[in-house]
Amino acid sequence: MKPLRQLSSKTLVLDQDNIDTDQIIPARFLTTTSRDGLAAAAFADWRFDEQGRPKADSPLNAPTAQTCEILVAGDNFGCGSSREHAVWALMQFGFRVVISAKIADIFRANALKNGLLAIEVDRDTQRWLLAHPGAELNIDVTECRLDLPGNGAGTELWSVTFELDPFARTCLLEGVDALGYLLAQSDAIAEFEQRREAA
Amino acid sequence: MSQTLFDKLWNAHIVQAETEQAPALLYVDLHLIHEVTSPQAFAELAARGLKVRCPERTVATMDHSTPTWAADLQGQRRYASEQAWEQVRTLMENCDRHGITLHDWDSPNRGVVHVMAPELGLTRPGMTIVCGDSHTSTHGAFGALAFGIGTSEVGHVLASQCLLQRKPKTMRIRVEGELGPGVTAKDLVLHVIGKVGVDAGTGHVIEFAGSAIRALDMEGRMTVCNMAIEAGARAGLIAPDQTTVDWLRGRAHCPQGEAFERAAVEWLALASDTDARFDRDVLVEADEIAPSITYGTHPGMVVAIDQAVPHAADATAARALDYMQVEPGKPLLGRKIDVVFVGSCTNARLGDLRSAAEIMRGRRVAQGVRMLVVPGSEQVRKAAEAEGLDQVFRDAGAEWREPGCSMCIAMNGDRVAPGQTAVSTSNRNFEGRQGPGSRTFLASPATAAACAVAGHIADPRRLDGEPEVHIHFPAPRHMEARP
Ligand code: SF4
Repeated sequence: MKPLRQLSSKTLVLDQDNIDTDQIIPARFLTTTSRDGLAAAAFADWRFDEQGRPKADSPLNAPTAQTCEILVAGDNFGCGSSREHAVWALMQFGFRVVISAKIADIFRANALKNGLLAIEVDRDTQRWLLAHPGAELNIDVTECRLDLPGNGAGTELWSVTFELDPFARTCLLEGVDALGYLLAQSDAIAEFEQRREAA
Repeated sequence: MSQTLFDKLWNAHIVQAETEQAPALLYVDLHLIHEVTSPQAFAELAARGLKVRCPERTVATMDHSTPTWAADLQGQRRYASEQAWEQVRTLMENCDRHGITLHDWDSPNRGVVHVMAPELGLTRPGMTIVCGDSHTSTHGAFGALAFGIGTSEVGHVLASQCLLQRKPKTMRIRVEGELGPGVTAKDLVLHVIGKVGVDAGTGHVIEFAGSAIRALDMEGRMTVCNMAIEAGARAGLIAPDQTTVDWLRGRAHCPQGEAFERAAVEWLALASDTDARFDRDVLVEADEIAPSITYGTHPGMVVAIDQAVPHAADATAARALDYMQVEPGKPLLGRKIDVVFVGSCTNARLGDLRSAAEIMRGRRVAQGVRMLVVPGSEQVRKAAEAEGLDQVFRDAGAEWREPGCSMCIAMNGDRVAPGQTAVSTSNRNFEGRQGPGSRTFLASPATAAACAVAGHIADPRRLDGEPEVHIHFPAPRHMEARP
């Protein structure tokens, strides 16, 4: 897992609620046995028509899209299926951060396990972000802080903080996944198993 | 201190309590795996030189990528692609290598993971159950804490039999009163999702309670818990009662004889204390619920079948209506359809097939409509065939297939063509869920069958040209337990 401590990037905005994992990666791409090669599958049906031609009106096809590392979306992002392929596809497309006011549970857990920072912000901040595609943001994972640019000429930068599980934060900062930690608990697990066996 | 059912299940499986710094370590009693979400987890284990900690707590089936066509005379199966076959073969190899029981083509118990595991009695009250599949919430119908996980977590459970989890909040949805005639568990849960919203359960475990839930048979309870995830909750729960115990008695993996009766006493004690507090409590009146159908692109966009589709309240809803080609202000009744799918872990159990067959008997699938009936498991298939349900469907002009996820997720080649409209008994009506460009209306098996006969969206209580409400819904019978 690649560590994530700080990141500055323009946003890509998908102003829609309930973007489910079938949209993020349609099921026909799930017959793979690998984690790789999924960049083209990300939002495939939003980006391409039935003949495989790019749809001109999709922000995901804008020339700058793949340089945007921050995705801003409507509520309940990542709902639906537990497919971790959704996270892999988003990351391979180029995203490192997803921001919404509400993110679905399984998606969020999957994201953090892969170094994709999925954060929830308050309603006003979300509204501002949705209304300002391409805004240049700065994210500081150590301080759980998001810096937003001013509203035009001369106005000040402003910041909001976000919640991030301290455990997930450590994993992100250090670029380690949770499996090592879990394996280090094997004595406790064995003890639990024995205790139950005895009961 | 008084506890909810969830608290009791949670506390009984804590290896290490959570702290500010680290989530709780939760022990997993049963890990179900299938071909789609497990290969990368096994690859991770191999890369790290790890073995499966508890192969005996791991059970595999193949359901998502598998064809539903019968094998040909040479025993060959028509996979949708070389890759689909490769995926199934990878599961076979991984199970073989790690000593994991796999219900493959030869098993009389193969099926959609959330149908076959309960049938075998692998799912029992008081357990923790996970699977790399969001509809693992289904197993909560037995009073087990069951939820879907991603592939990284599949790897965690394979390697350690544990998961790192923060304790979720609790929500109770009480459904009180009696369901009207022709109203099923599917209608109930669609109605509930419409009422609370598709993200109401985010961060929560939902316990379903109340007299209308108690009155459901186990199949109905599984349908309800199956769709807890469509309300945003990773897990749904229903407290075990005598219905649960009776359904489990004699199943292959349940204790037998005396030991079963002792276990049953423990199971029946699993309930929320009467003064237990939930973070959220919702009351739904059962008599408000009618046969329900979705009209949009998530399961919360739902109406009673004879009710007008509401006008779009925002841009997202407007986009959904546009995608579905639905006109607001009018009921869906009469809307032409192309495909009817009876199947999935939501509604492909014996009772579901009976309820669809009841309507199909002596009628025909309307011209221009394709109907696919896919039993949830080999056990369901055999039981249905034993009572001639396959013949009822075939006589009506429907296709009777072998068990699998099929058109629910459309990754095995069974799919709805672009632009076509389907009425499905599955659980998701997301854009393109049943195939790119497909449109899905979710409903109960009875409604789906009524639509198949009519050729358009129809009320199962009032079939076209048949003025009387004369559909008889058989009282639920329990499926025979088999070894
Ligand atoms: S039937 Fe559908 S919802 Fe159920 S496990 Fe299969 S794909 Fe998932």
